Amino acid sequence: MRVLWIDAAAEHGGDPQVELLLDFPTVSPLPRRPDPGSAGPPVVSVRGLVKRYGSVTAVDGLDLALAPASVLALLGPNGAGKSTTVDVCTGFATADAGEVRVLGTDPAGAPEALRARIGVMPQGGGAYPGVRAGEMLRLVATCAANPLDPAWLIDVLGLGGCARTAYKRLSGGQQQRLALGCAIVGRPELVFLDEPTAGLDPQGRRLVWELVDALRRDGVAVLLTTHLMEEAEALADHVVIVDHGRVVAEGSPAALTTGGDQELRFRARPGMDVAGLATALPAGYRAAETLAGRYVVQGRIDPAVLSSITGWCAAQGALADDVQVARRSLEDVFLELTGRELRP
Amino acid sequence: MRTPFPPGTFTPRPGAGAPGSMFVAQAATELRLALRNGEQVLLTLVIPVLLLVGLTVLDVVPLPEPRVAAVTPSVLALAVMSTAFTSQAIALGFDRRYGVIRRLAATALPRWLLVAGRLAAVLATVAVQVVVLAALAAVLGWRPAAAGLGWALLLVLLGCAAFGALGLLLGGTLRADVVLAVANAVWFVLLLAGGIVVPLDRLPGPVAATAALLPSGALAEGLRTVLTTGSGPGAGPVLVLLAWTAAGTALAVRTVRLR
Repeated sequence: MRVLWIDAAAEHGGDPQVELLLDFPTVSPLPRRPDPGSAGPPVVSVRGLVKRYGSVTAVDGLDLALAPASVLALLGPNGAGKSTTVDVCTGFATADAGEVRVLGTDPAGAPEALRARIGVMPQGGGAYPGVRAGEMLRLVATCAANPLDPAWLIDVLGLGGCARTAYKRLSGGQQQRLALGCAIVGRPELVFLDEPTAGLDPQGRRLVWELVDALRRDGVAVLLTTHLMEEAEALADHVVIVDHGRVVAEGSPAALTTGGDQELRFRARPGMDVAGLATALPAGYRAAETLAGRYVVQGRIDPAVLSSITGWCAAQGALADDVQVARRSLEDVFLELTGRELRP
Repeated sequence: MRTPFPPGTFTPRPGAGAPGSMFVAQAATELRLALRNGEQVLLTLVIPVLLLVGLTVLDVVPLPEPRVAAVTPSVLALAVMSTAFTSQAIALGFDRRYGVIRRLAATALPRWLLVAGRLAAVLATVAVQVVVLAALAAVLGWRPAAAGLGWALLLVLLGCAAFGALGLLLGGTLRADVVLAVANAVWFVLLLAGGIVVPLDRLPGPVAATAALLPSGALAEGLRTVLTTGSGPGAGPVLVLLAWTAAGTALAVRTVRLR
């Protein structure tokens, strides 16, 4: 887990915000549940979902199943159809084709009965522009039969200092945490979180992760969308990677990241001849300099190969530093499946 | 690991809140917001109060004596238009931009309660306006025809319905900044040429004929009739207000978007 985060930090060129993630403890102290299927019928079941907006097909035959008391991450680039899927599951959009069952009901049929049982965090949150944070959470709590104590929730969400601040004057992160509070204050049995950590600082993200973990521990099923690999990897029992409205891969984070080659990463002086390194290794090994001074060797990494690599570096007068052997990260899987070009 | 969430904190206990509590909570929140927002208070209370005093004391618009008897019904009509139409449309436009309608729709709050809570907040604001303006008018010497008070109440409610439906239609369909511009422009035009400040019989012929068919002209003229003479408003103003209510509601039901 820590190795993967180090990878992520390296990918981001050592962005300080990402570096902070290195100090995160492993969020989930609990054993992960197995993939859906063993823990009773799914609480969310989507089969062959199609949703079009005009000539744009936002969701194109998507399937997913969320097991009770588990966390499913819908992972994909911008415009992959994640939010549209959540909208259909929560009754804010109707499917053009396919079958959607949420807690055993069709969300398009009786959204109000369903919404009494679920919690929803829409993308970007939502509140009256002039409402105070505490007022808004109390109002949403009133809509539930057995809500959590809004005053306590405001406090643990770190909003105690701005409970009397108007929503439009809250920072993006504060608005985001209030939206999260609104989604869980009604003690729902199923929670939809659309990009719950977008725009949060590392502390805020950590809070969300702890919260999602506590929800699962207490028997709440969570469906969240994200485009952050480390988030899906850290939180989800089951990851569904979507692109262009279709599922391109799914499974537990472990299942998605095993298979394929191992890789070895190290740092050394920039500009070494990686083609020479590859020829120094047995056939089938690939070597590349991903960023200046950061090297990666892909293939089965055994002690002999490790020794060849450090020996080759020594022959170049360089010290191989910060050497790590890793599985591929979910980010690698994701980029392999969805391509590297930027999305609008 | 230390966690602020002891085991069992989130054990599901789902269910909808009591309809009565939801209604009161939402209506009270919206009313508090309306009375706390400076621009809305300017529109709903400060300007009507200034116009009531100004038009009564200053001879800028030719009016029959006592001037306060002609001015008060106009200002009451203005108050209804400001709250139910302009202020409500602007609030709804920005509420949609900030995602609150969708946020509330995502809770167990039924759609009809969402509308009822908004409506109740509008009616409560109008009640505050009527009390303040009527009290101030009484200080200025206003003595309305007692027999017309029941009719006036009916017209105010019909005015709330007509302007409210149009406000929902405007605020629920366009972008917030466009709503802001359109709602203020309509308010200003109807104030001057829609039969509110200048009575219909003082407007040029074609303008007067048009204004009589607008909700502003129908409401203001109806209120002037019932509060000065004590007799009924006649079918005209009532039918005009009902027609605008029906048209506005029918269009709003089809076109209003959550965001």
